[in-house]
Amino acid sequence: MSEEQFEPIIVAFCCNWCSYAGADLAGTSRLQYPPNVRIVRVMCSGMVHPKLVMDALNKGADGVLICGCHPGDCHYLEGNLKAQKRAEAIGLLLEDFGLEPERFRLEWVSASEGPRFAQVMTDMVEAVRSLGPSPYRAA
Amino acid sequence: MINLTIDGQKASAAPDRSVLEVCRQSGIKIPALCYHPALPAYGACRLCLVEVEERGRSKITASCLFPVREGLVVRTNTDTVIQRRRIMAELLLARCPSSEAVQAIAAEIGVTESRFPKKNEDCILCGLCTRVCSELMKTGAIDFTGRGNRRKVQPAYNRSSPLCLACGACQWVCPTGVGLLEKASARPPRPILSEFDAGLAGRPSIYIPYPQAIPKAAVIDSQTCVHFRKARELDACKACQQFCQAGAIDYEQQEELIDLDIGAVVIAPGFELCDHTLRAEYGFGQYPNVLSSLQFERVLSASGPYQGIVRRPSDGREPQRIASIQCVGSREEEANYCSSVCCMYAVKHALMAKEHAPGVEYTIFFMDLRAFGKGFDAYYQRAQEAGVRFVRARPATVEQVGEKGDLRIKYLNERGEFKDEEFDLVVLSAGMRPAMRAAELAHRLGVAQGDNGYCLTRPLEPLASSRPGVLVCGTFTEPKDIPETVMQASGAAASAMAMLAEARGTLVAPKHYPPEKDVSGEEPRIGVFVCHCGRNIGGVVNVPEVVEYARSLPNVEYAEENLYTCSTDSQAKMRQAIEEHRLNRVVVASCTPRTHEPLFRDTLREAGLNPYLFEMANIRDQCSWVHMHEPEKATRKSRALVRMAVAKARLIEALAERTLPLNHDALVVGGGVAGMTAALALADQGFGVHLVERESELGGHAQHVRYLFDGQDPQDFLSRLVQRTLGHSKIATHLGTRVAGIEGFVGNFKTRLAANGDGLEVEHGAVIVATGAEILQTSEYLYGQNERVLTQVEFEQKLSRAEVAADTIVMIQCVGSRETERPYCSRLCCAQAIRNALKLKEQRPRANLFVLYRDIRTYGFSEQYYRTAREKGVRFIRYEPESKPEVSAAEAGLQIKIRDPILNRMLRIDCDLLVLSTAVVPRAGGQELAQMLKVPLNQDRFFLEAHLKLRPVDFATDGVFLCGLAHSPKNLEETIVQATAAASRATTLLAKERLTPESAISQVVDENCDGCAYCIDPCPYHALTLIEYMKGGAVKKTVEANEALCKGCGVCQATCPKNGIFVKHYRIDQIAAVVEAALVP
Repeated sequence: MSEEQFEPIIVAFCCNWCSYAGADLAGTSRLQYPPNVRIVRVMCSGMVHPKLVMDALNKGADGVLICGCHPGDCHYLEGNLKAQKRAEAIGLLLEDFGLEPERFRLEWVSASEGPRFAQVMTDMVEAVRSLGPSPYRAA
Repeated sequence: MINLTIDGQKASAAPDRSVLEVCRQSGIKIPALCYHPALPAYGACRLCLVEVEERGRSKITASCLFPVREGLVVRTNTDTVIQRRRIMAELLLARCPSSEAVQAIAAEIGVTESRFPKKNEDCILCGLCTRVCSELMKTGAIDFTGRGNRRKVQPAYNRSSPLCLACGACQWVCPTGVGLLEKASARPPRPILSEFDAGLAGRPSIYIPYPQAIPKAAVIDSQTCVHFRKARELDACKACQQFCQAGAIDYEQQEELIDLDIGAVVIAPGFELCDHTLRAEYGFGQYPNVLSSLQFERVLSASGPYQGIVRRPSDGREPQRIASIQCVGSREEEANYCSSVCCMYAVKHALMAKEHAPGVEYTIFFMDLRAFGKGFDAYYQRAQEAGVRFVRARPATVEQVGEKGDLRIKYLNERGEFKDEEFDLVVLSAGMRPAMRAAELAHRLGVAQGDNGYCLTRPLEPLASSRPGVLVCGTFTEPKDIPETVMQASGAAASAMAMLAEARGTLVAPKHYPPEKDVSGEEPRIGVFVCHCGRNIGGVVNVPEVVEYARSLPNVEYAEENLYTCSTDSQAKMRQAIEEHRLNRVVVASCTPRTHEPLFRDTLREAGLNPYLFEMANIRDQCSWVHMHEPEKATRKSRALVRMAVAKARLIEALAERTLPLNHDALVVGGGVAGMTAALALADQGFGVHLVERESELGGHAQHVRYLFDGQDPQDFLSRLVQRTLGHSKIATHLGTRVAGIEGFVGNFKTRLAANGDGLEVEHGAVIVATGAEILQTSEYLYGQNERVLTQVEFEQKLSRAEVAADTIVMIQCVGSRETERPYCSRLCCAQAIRNALKLKEQRPRANLFVLYRDIRTYGFSEQYYRTAREKGVRFIRYEPESKPEVSAAEAGLQIKIRDPILNRMLRIDCDLLVLSTAVVPRAGGQELAQMLKVPLNQDRFFLEAHLKLRPVDFATDGVFLCGLAHSPKNLEETIVQATAAASRATTLLAKERLTPESAISQVVDENCDGCAYCIDPCPYHALTLIEYMKGGAVKKTVEANEALCKGCGVCQATCPKNGIFVKHYRIDQIAAVVEAALVP
């Protein structure tokens, strides 16, 4: 057997109305994606405090995703746009913490986009896998 | 149950199971090629060998044939077992060296090369196909022939078999993917086409019709299902019954007749697309790359047949040149109406195709681009800027060129030149027809249909069918877009509710729950229930292991597994467990909370627990289903998901269900047709209404409408409406009054009304905005300077008094509309111009009438009057916005110059009268009212609803609704519908006893909040206010959350830098605990 490949842990904050539903649809459609993702259900992508993202990365998450409704589709009008603004700030924080920008992503996935959900998860896992473990991961 | 030992682990199983089945259920991998759960075991491939030991004696045997027995010891991975399996694999590999399935399974047990002489077969003689054909399908079209090494599978005499149903089961079960079907079937086998994918993909005979189907349950297509196609006594197939562990498959189900006592009927049978084969010249059904618009919609969809990659059917290539042809099956002899939606969906398709593949060249062949809806013209503009090409032509033919399926479109352009162009894909924008079954329904209900098959309604009673008590909505009355359909649906509901006002609520039986236990001071005692969901979870995830793990987690007092946690008996067990183990938190690890949380929360309430003391781990939709081939990893992930749910459960708290009183009256602002209709719709249901009109009389814009297409008299209608409004005991009309200030929120508003210096305060639970619009007073085209220039409204008044004496009349459309300043279409002017033109022709048949237009937008049934007008000699001349008509005063009248784009030269028209179709513009006071109500206006200054398509009469602010011209330009019929819809939406609120707002809402932590107010502006519901109070002798600033307005989106908590505000049930510390649990390696 070859050396076991690195299995990253990805935390994905998914809004209840679009992305979490998109994740469910990926399930009902039996679309396979790597089992490295841990979905955290939140009501809106706009409720995710940047602190939660940074804490996750500091405590050993190899990557963090925030998934929300497409612009214009937010159940709470503009929560996703607020998330987008915060994502820019998170990008700056990553640099301060010496983390690669690829470790955090904001993605829009609607309730009908099961295939897109699976794709986004696969891409994220592969991207983070190629980066290697987070420097904050407990050895 | 039978107890046995497998690889040293204890296991238990039902007596009729085989060793293979039990091993697989316990997550032990055993290779097999000839095993299929729907068929009895056969033991042909010999790959599933294991060692079994009974009473001290052991042997190697095929596990698929060996039944479990008490005390049996099974070893699946001894050296002997592995060695024997390898030999079997080598034999199979020698027989079928090029079969990928055999290579893969051999490689898995460490065999890549065979030492036996190679044969080049593709069949391993496992017998799955013959058994499925004869034993399951009861067909017997194929079987083994020959003996020894000449043995093979084929139909009798190796010819196609008349017995074969082409069901495809043989192909489906074949482990090596050999296609016997083509050989066995007399007819070429065809896939069963998916209706949802418009025939672009296949589907099984038992299927869930589409991903978002409600109920999400499978149906059997008895036309293609072998069980139903075969004689009943054969009892064929039933494989689905075998697989469905929930036992949900019932082949005996019959249609049932149910008697219902009802007081009103709403019919909404919908539409279907026209049969394109009627337009044979476009080659639909003949050329693979000619698609209907619905098919292309599926092609563009991420869940469609090509997973959202735009491909064409003939060769799967991504098309570079796509054409849409408009008005296929609309605006023609046999369908003399416009389907209203095709222009916009074609524009949408074009933009989406360009989003998918930016290089795509998209051409739309159209006659008039009918972007008449709210925001549509701006969208059309965007498409033009994005490079979508619009060609004004109705193509003559589409033909296929070459082998690959490219298509050539021949058309006559506006200049009269013949053109032909090649495309990779052609989309036909297919017209709407009433659904086939609508006619049957209408007939059964005794509802009259028009010549075109649509339900007959009248413009002033747009929701009533010909039979009293039967209401109609949606596309069965006329082709229409989503917002109009939604409005009609709400409107029909309100009309039905008015008929049923007396009976409202009489059939509701409230459910009673035991008193809620107070668990606030208690240490969390968590119960974890892990669901197998039949095989859905248990087939992948090792459920017993997850249960065992759950028991080890802190605060977990109890854990159990269920075959179906949602079944009635499991629910009873859960209630019992809560009681017995004094559980105060419950975690269910099963499917998605989006469908099942309400059910489990209800069970908690039945057990005396607060429904918020519940958490779910989604180990099916987000685990077992998406990691089907990785059972170990899926089990590990399930453990993590349970750990996360338990971590949250430890921190969750009971949330009280809050109720607020509400006032059952409504305030309607605006006394035009919209306001009066809404007021009456509410009053007829028994709700009190304050109707406020700033003018001294009711009527609004409708006072200027003199004619309707079908001959109904709008003024007569209006005067009856005014009388009924003024005479209604439930309506208090406030004339000459304006709204001076509004306080409060949903259910509890206080409004100050001002009239001639007098003030009045009224209380109400809902507001309907029906403030109307105005007609633009233009300065273009000599209006206001020359008395021969009138607006369309003024012309209509003159016509009604038969005062028009002119012989040559010119109308100019789009005056002030579709311009930079006002980039929207005023929607009603095309039909109005044509109505007035026809009226004039009636009064003065010899008058010359020219209509100068940009696009004639007579959508829906008004299209027929456009045709009539042309037949009556009204001349329509198109102009481009960059060469607008020039108007000058001449001695005896007016002189109009216009460039005719068809003749490409200047025309001069000397006329006596010029009529301008001027824009509908929003009222000046809109901004003020919008601010009072905290609702938005769009960039054209019309009120902006919560969602353009799906919530066309709601505002995002609860308790405030919208209708009429204040929303956007629309005709009288549409105004009536929207007003009824607004009343309907208001009723859903006013009919409640008390309000029960969301419990998981924001809460301020006063000691952390320093009043920085960062959270106030981002709140989309204006639910937060900055307050000051005295604390310890000093002024303390803090934020106050309005519990009635907050919806718990949590933008505030993510904005707050100081932990000063959070959303209950989604507090940062709760989410953080979930994250931390997720990170445990």
